[in-house]
Amino acid sequence: MTTTAPASEWQQAAYIAGQAADGRVNIEIETEGMSLNIGPQHPATHGTLRIVVRLDGEQVVWAEPVCGYMHRGYEKLLEVRTYPQVNTLVNRIDWMSSFANEVPFILAAEQLMGVEAPERAQWIRTIFFEMSRIANLTLFLGDMGVQLGALTPVFYAFRDREHVLNLIESATGGRFHPNYDRVGGLKEDLPKGWVDECKGVMRRVRDFCDQMEDLLVGNEIFQTRTRGIGVITPAVALSYGLSGANLRASGVDWDLRRDEDSPLAWKHTEFKVWTHPDGDSFARYWVRLQEVRESASIIDQLLDGIPAGPIMAKVPRIIKVPAGEAWCHTENPLGEMGYYVISQGGLGPFRCKVRTASFNNISILPWLLRGVYVPDVITILASLYFILGDIDR
Amino acid sequence: MLGLELAYWQQALIKVGAVMTVIPLGALILGYVFLLKMMSHMQSRLGPMEAGPHGTLQLLADAGKFLQKEDIFPARSDRTVFALAPVVVMVSTFLLYLVIPAGPRLIVEDLDTGVFFALAVGSLSVIGVLMAGWASASKYSLLGALRAAGQLIAYELPLVLAVVGVVVQAGTLSLQGIVHAQADGEMFGFGGIGNPYVITQFVGFLLFMVASQAELTQTPFDMPVAESELVAGYMTEYTGFRFLFFFMAEFGSAFALSAIAATLFLGGWYLPGVNGDLADYLGPLVLGGKIMFVAFLIFWFRFTYPRFREDQLQTFAWKYLIPLSLMNIVATGILKVVF
Repeated sequence: MTTTAPASEWQQAAYIAGQAADGRVNIEIETEGMSLNIGPQHPATHGTLRIVVRLDGEQVVWAEPVCGYMHRGYEKLLEVRTYPQVNTLVNRIDWMSSFANEVPFILAAEQLMGVEAPERAQWIRTIFFEMSRIANLTLFLGDMGVQLGALTPVFYAFRDREHVLNLIESATGGRFHPNYDRVGGLKEDLPKGWVDECKGVMRRVRDFCDQMEDLLVGNEIFQTRTRGIGVITPAVALSYGLSGANLRASGVDWDLRRDEDSPLAWKHTEFKVWTHPDGDSFARYWVRLQEVRESASIIDQLLDGIPAGPIMAKVPRIIKVPAGEAWCHTENPLGEMGYYVISQGGLGPFRCKVRTASFNNISILPWLLRGVYVPDVITILASLYFILGDIDR
Repeated sequence: MLGLELAYWQQALIKVGAVMTVIPLGALILGYVFLLKMMSHMQSRLGPMEAGPHGTLQLLADAGKFLQKEDIFPARSDRTVFALAPVVVMVSTFLLYLVIPAGPRLIVEDLDTGVFFALAVGSLSVIGVLMAGWASASKYSLLGALRAAGQLIAYELPLVLAVVGVVVQAGTLSLQGIVHAQADGEMFGFGGIGNPYVITQFVGFLLFMVASQAELTQTPFDMPVAESELVAGYMTEYTGFRFLFFFMAEFGSAFALSAIAATLFLGGWYLPGVNGDLADYLGPLVLGGKIMFVAFLIFWFRFTYPRFREDQLQTFAWKYLIPLSLMNIVATGILKVVF
């Protein structure tokens, strides 16, 4: 068999492992491994991710994610857009929590301009940031059930997520893509009666979490399917650049909301950063479940103490950002998301590097998938929780 | 029953016609009541509402849609085997109905070894599944088919062993005989409601339900079709009326296995106080009600639970179900001798 020499070290290791598996199989039962394309069109990749796996029976001996099927060239596109226009585009990176994508970019622009949004705007930003986290993670909590074969939870997730989306829509005008953040503040203030309604919805979100705890977390089959599956040790998680709940589920206590000095209002609230020592799929599910509860509690605290005042700082009508470089990152639902913005004084960024969480999170797949069974591939993919737009932006 | 003397070929024609009507009818009823409506209501939605009153004709509309579809063969498929596979699966379902009694005289063929026959033909379908998986020339189909075969071997045993307890207690292999044994039986001298074996053979009933769930590839054990892993397992490459055959066979077998469970454990067509000719007319309705109850259990679990992994299923079957069913047989045997 003639093949070109594999490039990197892990490819080399995987190649040797694959060859060894081939050899072993050939000698023992005279069969050969099978390569299987999971994706780009496959129900479990909810999007267009392709994973090439090499199977020995149902056991994976080698796996490699192939991304780029949905690459939309956003980083290049941002170079020919003005700052307000960029806002619309970045909404579509992680489409499940659009508002959370806007915030770090706007913060970077504000940092370059030396503008600070008023206090009320920062609080409302934080509320919507956490709401987009709830909108995103509730879907994960239900979707994990579908990936494991339980059809019902995802419908409950959609049902209760709808209330959150309605709230976002009533304040911003957009359900999925709010486009609500502005350099120097927000588009509009909250509508009348919104705060009371929001509190009711947060109660529903907590009920939903309890329901998921009963329906899935307490289920024996769910536990046997997820416990000990796809274990990531803290050192490996850090070395692959994992972030967000995937990292916290490995026992690393790391949360940018608490650790980073951000202009947003998290510093005025009390919340617990949940970690789990196991690092398996169950831990990742459990940590996200707790995070939704924490988000609901953060929103409740913010609603109680929301200050009055303007929602827009004084900014020029045409936004021109002075030359300079800024890096701004936040703790998004999927993990760390950041924008490195280089400005040369024009109407739009000269260059913008987007750091998204999912891209790094799936980089661990070749290491993680080796030796697991095909059903566990799905469990691991679901529990790592990526959004395709967040991988290929 | 009607006092008619019919020639053999006329009888045969009527029997075939009856079974051919019951299979799609059973599939339609289960599909509508459980798949479309019960699942939807459990998931806080309405389900189909447009076709017919309350969406009753939705499945017929779906069937019409399937019949219009192009009949696609994958390029590298084995055409003969590919075309034959759904028929083989359907034949297995068809044969299941032959021995189920719906009344004192309402049975297609009252075999002396009815239970044995039903369990034997019930596992024929896996041949069709293997054929479908192999002939599709698709890796997902192949994985699904092999999983189905592995599952069958693990689950046929507890299914048969769970029935053995009933057979020991009734003293007959004939399904009609088992119903009569339950109808004529008495519990501690009280014969008012007969002796439905779900009471004395409760462990057997549980084992039978779990095993038939696996036999029907319903959710906790639906690895052969696992849509989040294998797209649709052995059915991945099928379209149109061939897919419809698989769909009908799935729900037809669910109906048949529920009927067998109802017959073995819930007294079949027997309703206390209904005797003679009346039982012949009411029998199908009584049996239908019991079938719906058993099918409700099956689908309730289907819509609630996540799916096992293949090796976990094997562990579950060999380490827990089979020893439990063997113990059940031993206990039944001892009690049979004692009383």
